[in-house]
Amino acid sequence: MTDLADLTIAQASAGLREQEFSAVDLLDAVERRAAITEAHLHAYLTLDREGAREAAEAADIALVDGDLRPLLGIPIALKDNMVTKGVETTASSQILAGWKPPYDGTAVRRLREAGAVIVGKTNLDEFAMGSSTENSAYGPTRNPWNTETVPGGSSGGSAAVVAVGSALGAFGSDTGGSIRQPASLTGIVGAKPTYGLVSRYGLIAFASSLDQIGPLARTVPDAAMLLEAVAGWDRMDATSYHGDVPAISRSLNVGVRGVRIGVVTELVGEGIDPQVLAATRATIDRLSEAGADVVEISLPAIEYALSAYYLIAPAECSANLARFEGVRYGLRVDGATTEEMMARTRAEGFGPEVTRRILLGTYALSAGYYDAFYGQAQRVRTLLRNDFATAYGQVDVLVSPTSPTTAFEIGAKTGDPLTMYLTDICTIATNLAGDPAISVPVGLDDGGLPIGFQIMAPALGEEVMFRVAAEVERLVDFTARPRLATSKVVAP
Amino acid sequence: MCLATCYRSNPHTLSAQSTGTITSMPVEIDIERVAHLARIALTDEEMTAYSEQLVHILEHAERVQALPTDEVEPTSHPLPMVNAFRPDEVIPSLDRDDVLAGAPDAEDGYFRVPKILDES
Repeated sequence: MTDLADLTIAQASAGLREQEFSAVDLLDAVERRAAITEAHLHAYLTLDREGAREAAEAADIALVDGDLRPLLGIPIALKDNMVTKGVETTASSQILAGWKPPYDGTAVRRLREAGAVIVGKTNLDEFAMGSSTENSAYGPTRNPWNTETVPGGSSGGSAAVVAVGSALGAFGSDTGGSIRQPASLTGIVGAKPTYGLVSRYGLIAFASSLDQIGPLARTVPDAAMLLEAVAGWDRMDATSYHGDVPAISRSLNVGVRGVRIGVVTELVGEGIDPQVLAATRATIDRLSEAGADVVEISLPAIEYALSAYYLIAPAECSANLARFEGVRYGLRVDGATTEEMMARTRAEGFGPEVTRRILLGTYALSAGYYDAFYGQAQRVRTLLRNDFATAYGQVDVLVSPTSPTTAFEIGAKTGDPLTMYLTDICTIATNLAGDPAISVPVGLDDGGLPIGFQIMAPALGEEVMFRVAAEVERLVDFTARPRLATSKVVAP
Repeated sequence: MCLATCYRSNPHTLSAQSTGTITSMPVEIDIERVAHLARIALTDEEMTAYSEQLVHILEHAERVQALPTDEVEPTSHPLPMVNAFRPDEVIPSLDRDDVLAGAPDAEDGYFRVPKILDES
């Protein structure tokens, strides 16, 4: 018999409705899986056993009444920068250790209203600053495909739990690739929606003009279903989009005949691992054979994207993280004056990468430098958006690898911040543009590590993006699972 | 770039001169001032280390600074949204006691902090 922890969300939802098993059975299977895998991965920071059980029991009662909400009874995990009422929320920082928020973020509230069962909170790079989940104050998460390697980041915990089945789906946040890159490195699907499509209320802010909440799942339809549950305007987020939500899952089965696909020249050359490149090319060929019109398109400003990002993101983070001052929540280190208390609290509470970015951002925003750094970076953002606009005048979607390499070894890039920043080279441009993008697994390299394929679309172009992603999934038929996706005891 | 040659009189002030042909401003960081503005108490060793790393990162930003952008408007929000209106309705806010329960120190319904003004 199939272990329930290995079901997709669509399969589990069908099984629950047919009453083949209960939501409590499903939660039990996922928690059994976590009991085995967590010893190897450290992907969860908190398991909310009590809350999850209550939600599963409530789902079972609703299911008997014929409730058909698609996420009813589905066990999902949340990145620990998503605020959950009464459940410890740390953003993987010492400065928030022990904080139990007095409210749910909007995405969290919508998931609860959809009947989802929130299993727990997942590890991340502190305040989502990083690309490997090594910057967590509570220790790194490991990649279930090879525990000597990183799962990517910053949503590495959410990616790892989905890859092994210790949740059927998860949510993360993506500021420069933090959903897509870990999805790529762990062989699952991860999507960053259009900026403004999902409310940021209750997402602990990193870089407010870039941050977006999005889903991680084993399949494209599952990711679409998760996104649909949380998308839409919210009065608590003034930047949330007030128009109609795109028809995210309407065209999942339509195929790609006649879809115009642009291959981004700058992202299929130098700096990309040859095996990643080969898998990318092979996927593009399959799409072409399936009837898509493929052309190559240059985005010249993309070469400035990384530099612009590393001015904008630290600048915004330095402002956002000013709220952690030892007064309203979390850690306080005593001092003779309030200012001394604040400076000591922040020195003690923030890890090195967060401190580095706050300092960088503070400098870039300080008197005399604002326009040269932040202002100029925001203008470069416009140049990049102009490039994307020109490209989307000719094609429906753009494609590239998601990550320049497969998973790298733990510790390999922690010595030099810039080397780590370069891992975001394929994903950052869409955050700057505010556009949606998705990563779909398309193969394994010689070392047995997953390779992800990225599909980008214009703002609010989720329908065509998910349409192409679903076709990639069908064409490639990636079915491999990590060795750790098992509920049997595994040797380390 | 050799960081050692870039030390100025203040050991915590590092600068990186542009090595390219493009015009750009040299990076100078008064790390003590930046750390004070950020309200982070750093040790001398930390100041030196962060200072070096920041200069290194900002060297990459020079590429961005050299781009001609005189006619370009900055982007802050990607969607063409101008004003975000909503009905002016009173909705319940968070319960004060719930909020204060998460604070390191609270008294009589307020956040409590050490003294703010120097007595001198």
